[in-house]
Amino acid sequence: MAHSVRRDAPELPDFSLLKRLARDQLIYLLEQLPGRKDLFIEADLMSPLDRIANVTTLKQHDVDKLYKVEHKPIVSTSDQMVRGCFLYPLTNWFLFPDVVNADKYYVILSVYFDISYSYFDVTTDEWSFYLLPLDDDIISLELPEFFRDYFLEGDQRWVRTAGSALHLLHSVYGPFSKVYGIGRCSKMAYESWREQVEEGEQRARQAEIGNVFLIDRDVDLVTPLCSQVVYEGLVDDIFRIKCGCVEFCPDVTSSDKSIKVMLNSQDKVFNEIRNEHFSQVFGFLSQKARNLQTAYDKRSGMNIKQMKTFVSEELKGLKQEHRLLSLHIGASESMMKKKTKQDFQELLKTEHSLLEGFEIRECISYIEEHINRQVSMVESMRLLCLLSLTENGLLPKDYRSLKAQFLQSYGIEHLLTFSNLKQLGLLVEQQPGETLTVMESRVGKLVNDKTAGKLTDAFSSLAKKSNFRALGRRLNLVPKSDEEYDLRVPRDMAYIFSGAYIPLSCKLIEQVLERDGWTGLEEVTRMLNGHEFAVTAGSNGSDARVKTDSQRIILVMFLGGCTFSEISALRFLGREKGIKFIVVTTAITNSARLLESMLDNHA
Amino acid sequence: MMRGKPDEDDYWNSSKFKAFTFDDEDDDFTRLKESKRAVNSIRSLVEEEDEEDDVEKVSWSGEPVGSISWSVKETESSIRSTGEVRDQSFPKIHTAPSLPKNSSGYSLSSLFKGKAKTGSFQSFSESFGDPSIRNYAPELRKPKSEYKDYVSDWTPEETVKRMQQGKVYSLEKFRSLQDKLLLLDEAVNAHDGNVITAVLIYLKKSLSKEILFRELITREIALRHYIHYLKEIGEQKLLVELFKSMDRTEDMALMQYRDHLNVRDENKRRDFLKNCLSFPFSPDDATHVQDHYTLLERQIIIEANDKQVESSGQADIFKKYPRKASILNMPIITTLYYSCFYHYGESDGTFSSPANIRKTFRISDKQFLLTCLGARAKLKAWFDVDALFTTKNWLGYTKKRSPIGFHRIVDILQKNNAPVQVLQDYVNLVEDVEQKISLAQKYKCHDVIINTYRDLKDRQQLIVYRGKVEKGSSEYRKIEEILSNSQLRWKN
Repeated sequence: MAHSVRRDAPELPDFSLLKRLARDQLIYLLEQLPGRKDLFIEADLMSPLDRIANVTTLKQHDVDKLYKVEHKPIVSTSDQMVRGCFLYPLTNWFLFPDVVNADKYYVILSVYFDISYSYFDVTTDEWSFYLLPLDDDIISLELPEFFRDYFLEGDQRWVRTAGSALHLLHSVYGPFSKVYGIGRCSKMAYESWREQVEEGEQRARQAEIGNVFLIDRDVDLVTPLCSQVVYEGLVDDIFRIKCGCVEFCPDVTSSDKSIKVMLNSQDKVFNEIRNEHFSQVFGFLSQKARNLQTAYDKRSGMNIKQMKTFVSEELKGLKQEHRLLSLHIGASESMMKKKTKQDFQELLKTEHSLLEGFEIRECISYIEEHINRQVSMVESMRLLCLLSLTENGLLPKDYRSLKAQFLQSYGIEHLLTFSNLKQLGLLVEQQPGETLTVMESRVGKLVNDKTAGKLTDAFSSLAKKSNFRALGRRLNLVPKSDEEYDLRVPRDMAYIFSGAYIPLSCKLIEQVLERDGWTGLEEVTRMLNGHEFAVTAGSNGSDARVKTDSQRIILVMFLGGCTFSEISALRFLGREKGIKFIVVTTAITNSARLLESMLDNHA
Repeated sequence: MMRGKPDEDDYWNSSKFKAFTFDDEDDDFTRLKESKRAVNSIRSLVEEEDEEDDVEKVSWSGEPVGSISWSVKETESSIRSTGEVRDQSFPKIHTAPSLPKNSSGYSLSSLFKGKAKTGSFQSFSESFGDPSIRNYAPELRKPKSEYKDYVSDWTPEETVKRMQQGKVYSLEKFRSLQDKLLLLDEAVNAHDGNVITAVLIYLKKSLSKEILFRELITREIALRHYIHYLKEIGEQKLLVELFKSMDRTEDMALMQYRDHLNVRDENKRRDFLKNCLSFPFSPDDATHVQDHYTLLERQIIIEANDKQVESSGQADIFKKYPRKASILNMPIITTLYYSCFYHYGESDGTFSSPANIRKTFRISDKQFLLTCLGARAKLKAWFDVDALFTTKNWLGYTKKRSPIGFHRIVDILQKNNAPVQVLQDYVNLVEDVEQKISLAQKYKCHDVIINTYRDLKDRQQLIVYRGKVEKGSSEYRKIEEILSNSQLRWKN
């Protein structure tokens, strides 16, 4: 679709290599238990495993049967003997108190048990499978639990995993020349990686990735809580994309069964609409449908020879396209229906008002009614968190009343959820006196800043006393609302939120890359709680290779997850600047996943 | 083409956001439908040529044949039939005392559950309990080669490094408190959560809890790891003690309250909640917990009563609308809805009456109205709905009032399939004229539209509207009548 594309964007490195590495290691480990054996796989690992190996590969290496590890007795085909390998995540590593090693993601337990001799033998090995390429430019650590573990519980069990992931990328696609980052966890991950680099040996090679940007999810919690309106994000919000794969319900497929579809750049139709604002998708799809019709219609006037060429050359492609097209049309239609039902329009309006800091009372009564009517619990919680994040906390009276109503509508046990949200800072009460401190610090700063205009601006903003607001102004995150925003020709990253908001995370990345560091962003980092850094890799002075393509390939690592909308925004930014972004994330997230991980209402 | 609500239009027009709506009637949607039709019409063409399609297998089918998930499902179904018998033949490893009991889905012992008859395993499981061997992980052996460089006097730094690298290590040599703390601090410095927790497990085993707690107070990061670890292995008691020793009483109270989720039996759960009332919650939370207890107590009474009434077939309402689920453990608002549905009109004195629930749980007017409206509308009790809004003033005139906008009321009624006659009464009450007309158009309340245009003296709009209604219908005739009324002074 119509974008101002810079032609000279560099090629992305080939990440299928990562899959091959993981597969080769798996095979090597399987062969440590010679002979025929069964493979027991932990449920969460099945989808990722499917992405790197298939049954044929496993069979070739003497794997007999595959089982899912469940919380029940294991039944082998043989009465007398179990020979098998268990693929087990290290998440609950404390079961192996002596195999403490976060570095390795999965454990292989080789088990040999023979009942007739009562002989039992178990050995362990670690399979370092922690990077799964989901697409040409997305690599996932498939660690959805990262967010809760680190940001809520304060458990650093995944920090070294993140460091090792960087280490692996660095040794395969590096050496990186510069690393920027913000956030406590980013800093630790960087440290861990640096140590691993020092431990290992270095090889001189041609770098394929130039710079790296690390960012903690809690630097920007607003963005993942916004409703996604870019196609891929919307599909994820509604149907939930899992491991790059989505299951479309019968409603979409207009048949009686649901089908699983891989969503990535291989899907030509999807590839063209994934980054588009939803409102632009229909136009595109109907144009496509028309073209398809024309292509098929060509047949009518053909002679036998032409028909033959048509069938052999074009038909397959057309059929494929037809299938894809009808699928995405079905999905769009189904999403439209769902969104119409729940007054999406009004919901978006409320969100945009919150982002703009406009008519907050109206927003609160909208949220209140949302709660009162017992509409989706997670959605109510999302709005409450957005309110708190954008307003720097709720007024005590609002907090109390909204919390009480929430508990009435969705169950009192959510007291526990509220305590989690508070702990993480997603939903908090304004502390009395906070106003004063904010005022003091701001005024104190402004004394040096003699511009009168800025002073009044600051004073009017004092009423709002929010870091988000201040950040928004500082970084121009919320474009002026008196201009039309043409979604057909997006002019900035705000298009991913209908022109209402530029995601803070992506804006930071843009700014830091532009400035080649954090200089000039001191006030911003102060409001974000600091922990920013920019390091140039020691020996490999960057000046020599500034011109090479690799310098225009930037790896962005999100610790705690990132959304498809953010990926779309970065792709947009990349097109504008003639660079390519590779997103490495602990998991793909969205508002629902993020908030569900905060729930504590189950035993 | 008419679009949704006028207030939204205002918004979209006044701001930069390009109007983009999800309304059915919108252009885009129609366009989409058209493309769908177009594509579907091609389908027949495609399918007739669709004899053998290899595209399907590669990139399409739900679980591509040959995928791992598919294969696992295959094995599952094939063993289901024989599974029961085989259970017997597989021995069990006794849960070793040192392996923490936990509620998580992963545990080694859980993998090997089954009925063991052989006593010979005793010796194996006993070895779990022996701490001196356990640290070299005999049950989960590492390849022997890794033991080669084993020496026993590593510094804390070296030990942590070895732990991170997955090499063999020993913590036993850290005997004095000072050594142990040095080790812990070194682990924290290494930013590796797993190492931190591993060290904490060792400290937990080898230090008295008083000392460990005391040392953790000044070590925030280690403390959080410890708390998380205790949570995961379900050592509730110790956790409570920890919070207590640190004066984190609210955390302690919530932690204990959390346990009610594990109590399945409703009477026991009620008693548990009652017990919670004495915990040191924050004042607000204390109220909520009190509510929780009161709520469950009432639900138990209501449930017992209604179950009996329902099965005896005494009350029509239960016959007509059999209960789909028990009311136990439902939120307050759901309970109120239930009460408005099954117990409407009961006197305030009964626990199950809406008025009583409203009062007990301090439900706001707005909330009460919304819930009540939903329940009565569901039952199509339009008279009750009417009564909800009717107020009498001192002169005896009646007037409809609502704490929420009438456009909302219309919306709720419409979602409950209220007939046009009912709907239009409420559409009429919408104050904003624009909004009124757009709602009336959405729900086809012709009278409202016609009367409004008449009152606005808007002849043009009325003529336009005449074109939209069916010729000869009563609406049509009504418009004709008004248009031909020479008494009216039109503004256009």
